[in-house]
Amino acid sequence: MKVTPKKIYLALAAPVSAAVASILISSLALLATKKSPTEAFKTMWEFGATTSSVIETLNNATSYYIAALAIAITFRAGLFNIGVEGQLRLGALFACYFGAMFTLPPVLHILAIFIISMTVGGLWAAIAGILKVKRGVNEVISTIMLNSIAGGLSAYLLSKHFTVKIEGSNNLTTQELPASGQMPNLSFLTKNLDQSATQGRGIYGMFAIAIALGIAFWWIVNRTRFGFELRASGINPIAARVSGVNSKRMIVIAMISSGAIAGLSGLPTVLAETHAYNLGFRAGLGFSAIAVALLGRNSAIGMAFSSLLFSFLEVSSRSLDLIDIAPETYFIMQGAILLSSVIAFEVVSRYRVKVVSEQLAKAVANA
Amino acid sequence: MSVSVELRHISKRFPGVIANKDVSLKVQSGSVHALVGENGAGKSTVMKILYGMQRPDSGEIFVNGDQKLFKSPHEAIAVGIGMVHQHFMLADNFTVLENIILGDEPKRAAQIDFGVARKKITEMAATYGLEVDPDELVENLGVGQRQRVEILKVLYRGANILIFDEPTAVLVPQEVDDLFNALHGLREKGMSIIFISHKLDEVLRVADEVTVIRAGSTVAEVKSKDVTSKQLAELMVGSELPKPETKGNTKRENIVLELNQVTVPSKGARNLLSNISFKLHAGEVIGIAGVEGNGQSELTETILGLLEYTGQISFDGKSIDTESVSERRDLGIGFIPEDRHRQALMLGSPLWENRILGYQRSKPIFNGFVLDKKATIEDTKLIMQEFDVRAPGPNTLATALSGGNQQKFIVGREMVHAPKLLVASHPTRGVDVGAQGAIWEELRKAREKGMAIVLISADLEELIGMSDRLLVMLRGEVTAELDPANTTPEKLGAAMTGAK
Repeated sequence: MKVTPKKIYLALAAPVSAAVASILISSLALLATKKSPTEAFKTMWEFGATTSSVIETLNNATSYYIAALAIAITFRAGLFNIGVEGQLRLGALFACYFGAMFTLPPVLHILAIFIISMTVGGLWAAIAGILKVKRGVNEVISTIMLNSIAGGLSAYLLSKHFTVKIEGSNNLTTQELPASGQMPNLSFLTKNLDQSATQGRGIYGMFAIAIALGIAFWWIVNRTRFGFELRASGINPIAARVSGVNSKRMIVIAMISSGAIAGLSGLPTVLAETHAYNLGFRAGLGFSAIAVALLGRNSAIGMAFSSLLFSFLEVSSRSLDLIDIAPETYFIMQGAILLSSVIAFEVVSRYRVKVVSEQLAKAVANA
Repeated sequence: MSVSVELRHISKRFPGVIANKDVSLKVQSGSVHALVGENGAGKSTVMKILYGMQRPDSGEIFVNGDQKLFKSPHEAIAVGIGMVHQHFMLADNFTVLENIILGDEPKRAAQIDFGVARKKITEMAATYGLEVDPDELVENLGVGQRQRVEILKVLYRGANILIFDEPTAVLVPQEVDDLFNALHGLREKGMSIIFISHKLDEVLRVADEVTVIRAGSTVAEVKSKDVTSKQLAELMVGSELPKPETKGNTKRENIVLELNQVTVPSKGARNLLSNISFKLHAGEVIGIAGVEGNGQSELTETILGLLEYTGQISFDGKSIDTESVSERRDLGIGFIPEDRHRQALMLGSPLWENRILGYQRSKPIFNGFVLDKKATIEDTKLIMQEFDVRAPGPNTLATALSGGNQQKFIVGREMVHAPKLLVASHPTRGVDVGAQGAIWEELRKAREKGMAIVLISADLEELIGMSDRLLVMLRGEVTAELDPANTTPEKLGAAMTGAK
């Protein structure tokens, strides 16, 4: 395929117009509350560009990205796993509880924690897959319900069985992971930075794992037979079946893989900062990741950008409080970006189809 | 008789494409004039030019003797040209009356004068024999009646030259009769009718004159009473029509496929398939005839392993009852499904990815470890070349291809793997004459090389011509076996409906 100016223009049209539209919508929302959009954006940018914010953005994006990969794998298969939230929560809880019960050499210990978390997440997602295959239960509904059950179950287990008492604290938490189960930061990336600029923060080790997962995702989906069959099932399930794909097995495998990846997405903060599962475990990651996957069009590279964008907005919007703007403006921005990009991509892709058919008509006529 | 519409040497180029090179057309007033041609011959472009939707690069248009150049459909409507579109443009939740006057409402002061409109429409409907209740909601109307509303809409705007774009495509035979009666009624009243179609039997029934265009040029103008549909078809393609036929007996000793008492139960009262048994040798074509919905698609899906069944199926002498779809395909069963869009293609994906479908486990695509994109693309190019798939390249999206090219691509995909057994369901459905001939040729060559073929088709001539044996299916059972050598379409048709 030749690269022509028209192609570059087409490729840039959607993201650029979406960005412009979402800035406009957010500005209108700010104007409606009698705040200055320029001041708001400037404050966010200045705060977001500080070294410590950038590190936090990268760390946050790590979880977003892994969870989005989990969702994308089902999207690609024509399924919709809304249960990432429950899967990652249970995965993290069990991984922390069991991971604190033994000691292993450093790398192996973390691997063991990965395996526990992936197994729990995968099994939890498998319930929805099996229900769909055996009883025809829609996976959207079952995963939503499984989220509720996972929330209740994890709260119960944490408070009644997995908790350790800490003097003078009301926090419920699992036993702290031994040092071998704690994941070191990528300190070589930050060692030349000023200690006051980083505020003692480092980039999570899971950041590197996320990059590796992204590459693996791209390769498996685009280059392997499994990936082809997964995509074919999503694009045209009937044709996939005719081509010899066992659609039931594909549904179960896609759900289990998704749950296993989801299990990993709950670990970055736990392994690097809290070293335990406690009441402060972050809620809502699995839902935000749906938007990240959607914005990133389920592609490994697209989701890398969208998770960074969401994470940046989340971190930098905290500064809005300083100039007396509600930090919840972040949600408006998130929504505006999502909506405008979905529309922009759809419009551009229709236009692209039109251009392609015209080229085709030409080529056929000249042949 | 006077000439109501005349087109002289119309040509129209789109960037890089010549849609019309030299089209001339002369329509007598008070007659039905058919415009026929293959898909892509330029019929629609001619009509868009006449209706003012596009402007010709050169050539002249005369309406009732005056030269015209329309800048928009409004100007065409103003001189009495109306178009009845193939896809109806009606508002479902409006009444017939409201739909007809929409956009051209008679007004009294600021209000719509429904009284005047109703009177005019009732009169029109009676005059032209197009009865329809003006106060019925359009959503309650059948397809035939909706078409009447479309015709009334055009007449209401004062048209006396009516263009019908493939009007029978959406109608059942009974409705086609009604439409033709209505067209003849309009002709009696002195209207000129331009009828675009590629169904030649219908054209000969309804039209007085026929203009044939091929590759953007008028190639013939004939009176319909002077030609047969076969002659028209040959004018359309510009050569003798390909015939579905095979030569000699290529049947080999070995049995490729054997079905023994195969039954597919259903939730309803009768089985989808009941006790089907037959043997198929290498180099033999078995034709399955039947009115659609009598178990033919279930039969193909059962052979492929997509449906659960009782009884035994063996392939190449070994039982395959426990084999999955992928295992059966890998053993050498090729499949051309009846519905190419639903079952055989990923429309939004490039051709090279569609090339993979069904052969994701085979060389050269799968090299035992990963999919080999480069080899797949090369192989796709080869298929496109060998099977004359007209598209710019392997990166073209499947949806951009015409139906005939899509079908040739699917046939090619199956044929390059030289399956021992090919299950071909309606292999030439909805493709133009050229592609049809090419697909028949492929089937012929494969049969000679010893491929066993299960052929299902609604085209009885194709079935009789291509098959070595014919089985007739009715309500999931094989009710007759016929020798194609002494069967006519009439006999076969009778057997299909169960008549003795």
